[in-house]
Amino acid sequence: MANHAAHADDHAHDDHDHKPEGFLDRWLFTTNHKDIGTLYLVFAFTMAIIGAGMSVVIRTELAAPGLQHVQPYFFNQMTTLHALVMIFGAIMPAFVGLANWMIPLQIGAPDMALPRMNNWSFWIMPFAFLMLLGTLFMPGGGPAGGWTMYPPLALQGGASVAFMVFAIHMMGISSIMGAINIIATILNLRAPGVDLLKMPLFTWSWLITAFLLIAVMPVLAGAVTMLLTDKFFGTSFFNAAGGGDPVMFQHIFWFFGHPEVYIMILPAFGIVSEIIPTFSRKPLFGYQAMVYAIASIAFLSFIVWAHHMFTVGMPLGGELFFMYSTMLIAIPTGVKVFNWVSTMWKGSLTFETPMLWAIGFVVLFTIGGFSGLMLAIVPADFQYHDTYFVVAHFHYVLVTGALFSIIAAIYYWWPKWTGRMVNETWGKVHFWWTIVFVNLTFFPQHFLGLAGMPRRIPDYNVAFADWNLVSSIGAFGMFVTPWMMIAIFAMSKKKGAVASQRPWEGAHGLEWEVPSPAPHHTFTTPPVIKPGMLAHGDVSH
Amino acid sequence: MSDAAHADPNAYYVPHGTKWPIVGSFGLLFTLGGAAFWLNEHPAGKVAMPLGIAIILFMVFGWFGTVIRESVSGTYNKQVDTSFRMGMMWFIFSEVMFFAAFFGALFYARALSVPWIGGEGDGALTNFFLWKGYAPAWPTNGPSAIGGAFETIPAWGVPLLNTLILLSSGVTITIAHHALRAGKRTQLMIFLGLTILLGATFLWYQAHEYIEAYQQLNLTLGSGVYGSTFFMLTGFHGLHVTLGTIMLIVIWLRCARGHFDRDHHFGFEAVAWYWHFVDVVWLGLFLFVYVL
Repeated sequence: MANHAAHADDHAHDDHDHKPEGFLDRWLFTTNHKDIGTLYLVFAFTMAIIGAGMSVVIRTELAAPGLQHVQPYFFNQMTTLHALVMIFGAIMPAFVGLANWMIPLQIGAPDMALPRMNNWSFWIMPFAFLMLLGTLFMPGGGPAGGWTMYPPLALQGGASVAFMVFAIHMMGISSIMGAINIIATILNLRAPGVDLLKMPLFTWSWLITAFLLIAVMPVLAGAVTMLLTDKFFGTSFFNAAGGGDPVMFQHIFWFFGHPEVYIMILPAFGIVSEIIPTFSRKPLFGYQAMVYAIASIAFLSFIVWAHHMFTVGMPLGGELFFMYSTMLIAIPTGVKVFNWVSTMWKGSLTFETPMLWAIGFVVLFTIGGFSGLMLAIVPADFQYHDTYFVVAHFHYVLVTGALFSIIAAIYYWWPKWTGRMVNETWGKVHFWWTIVFVNLTFFPQHFLGLAGMPRRIPDYNVAFADWNLVSSIGAFGMFVTPWMMIAIFAMSKKKGAVASQRPWEGAHGLEWEVPSPAPHHTFTTPPVIKPGMLAHGDVSH
Repeated sequence: MSDAAHADPNAYYVPHGTKWPIVGSFGLLFTLGGAAFWLNEHPAGKVAMPLGIAIILFMVFGWFGTVIRESVSGTYNKQVDTSFRMGMMWFIFSEVMFFAAFFGALFYARALSVPWIGGEGDGALTNFFLWKGYAPAWPTNGPSAIGGAFETIPAWGVPLLNTLILLSSGVTITIAHHALRAGKRTQLMIFLGLTILLGATFLWYQAHEYIEAYQQLNLTLGSGVYGSTFFMLTGFHGLHVTLGTIMLIVIWLRCARGHFDRDHHFGFEAVAWYWHFVDVVWLGLFLFVYVL
């Protein structure tokens, strides 16, 4: 068991060797980074469908003014759980799944640094969501105070408060262990020659993201712990009568919450920075600037949190500080967007499906970035705060940003995972279908928000009826896409064209130096890096 | 296990399969789910939570047992050792951030929310309309005097003693570490044992202090924001000292069994790091909770 270095170099032929035989051995007891990555991705996909189902409930109710399908309290449970499920159950685990699959392949490592803990990071998640979603079937229903859990409202929930808090503790434990594993893997398991500034950007983005996770998930744990003791043990953290302050929760929450936003977008930056050079057949423009931009964004994320609470009544000095620090983020983000565009400039471009999603990301994420800049302006935010404009903003960042990058990554690395190509025609249908309906869903929400429609309500003034109907039609169209995805990838797995080791001719990096599909164990001994093997190997220092 | 007494320096050890994580997940589900049922006064909680804790303990014994067996049989090479070190360092960093949340709450209450309720800064109208007559001060249980009048624990009595105890324990564990590296077994056992005793003494005084606070000073978890921050900070710290003391006891037993040698004793070092972390948090507590 201990010494299995013997079968080191024959990974080219042993696709089916060494895989555990039984189902439980393979999936429940696994320590293999690829299998754990797959588990994460399947779990995230399942959660995404559940979360999307909730959004369909929301958009069905909002399709017309008046109350017609659900009770307001249930509507609030849907908005709360939709957010928690999508953030902690879909987007984050999907990125961790991609990290598990790709980081060891990109740095020439045999596996993650702490493989047993890697298993635990994943297997906590289903139990956490069992607990969170189980509240829907309890007396009093699920949490309904919004995913931000502001007291005193969140504390007025029924039995769900304690379950929600403990579910979040479990998600936090999972994320922290996952992040520790990623840092240890990247810092300790790189093959000789894969220097830090030669690492692929996806790996770089995760190194920084993992640091953010370890820094802020414990703070969220502390915040929800205080909620719990305020409700059940008589503390006064968020109770002004006892000298506390409900606004204090908002500060602690958003000290977690803003870095959390970047936890969900930095890996997306990494993915797009992999895909665009491949299909532009040019090295990434400004590789080092891209790395430093990610690091700057991560640093700034710690000093901007109060822009989520401009209307809460902060001192003017605070409002100004957080306004300007927030606007600073536009600089490194601008560096990234311009560098992606410059990478494409005079490139030998082709538009395979992963590239389409990546370009879709750049264009639509930038819209989300601009609306974010609008929201950063204090006096303007007084108008936009808690309206559908905010909803439109963060869905452009999270759906056409984070989610688009995840879908792009799946299309991009799928041939490496399975050894099969995806049908390009259907991939493009999937992309254009999504583009139409995602914009139909979220773009009108800008108009609704600017016109003053508040978020988190089941009913609204008839003046908002038309654009709400459009948005709902968009949402119903969007709900087709996960099933489309299942069909496309099932088709590929069954009878897709066989993928070569380097299915995209412009792709560089160590993951393309192993066969497709990648064998169960890769790089059991560190690979010898030859010139041209690394995506960014020729970067001059 | 293998007959290879020394790990291959070029091959990273990847264990093949483990059943402990899923056991731990069930343990967490029963513990935390049980706690939630208990808090909602559902009878299932009183059964589920102890069961969950038992499952977690079973997992801890099993998992660490496996790792120790592998370590003693020489399965791990230098690179694996480095991964363990990084894992422990970043885990401690996450603990630091957990305490940062509660320190943040303390600073926010003292520097901002209490003065605002008392009318300072932008809070003049808040004070006039909502909390008229409340003069900001620290310690405080707020304008409604939640929990009733209370007294605080003076810094220069037991807390000072506890500071000295914890600082001394930091010295004794360092002496023990040097002894381990020099191969002086008796000195190692004595000073590690002394560290455990100092940790236990700290906890004894802390418990004593809590009893006095509850019974004589009327200082409780419900004493407004002062009681909340005081007991959450010192309570979580005490929990960590308890955990650290248990870890020290385990390490003492492992030393007695001869698990460590001069060059390979990461288990010892990890616990020592953890102990120093607990020590540093206490210094912060002593300064910001008791003295200032």
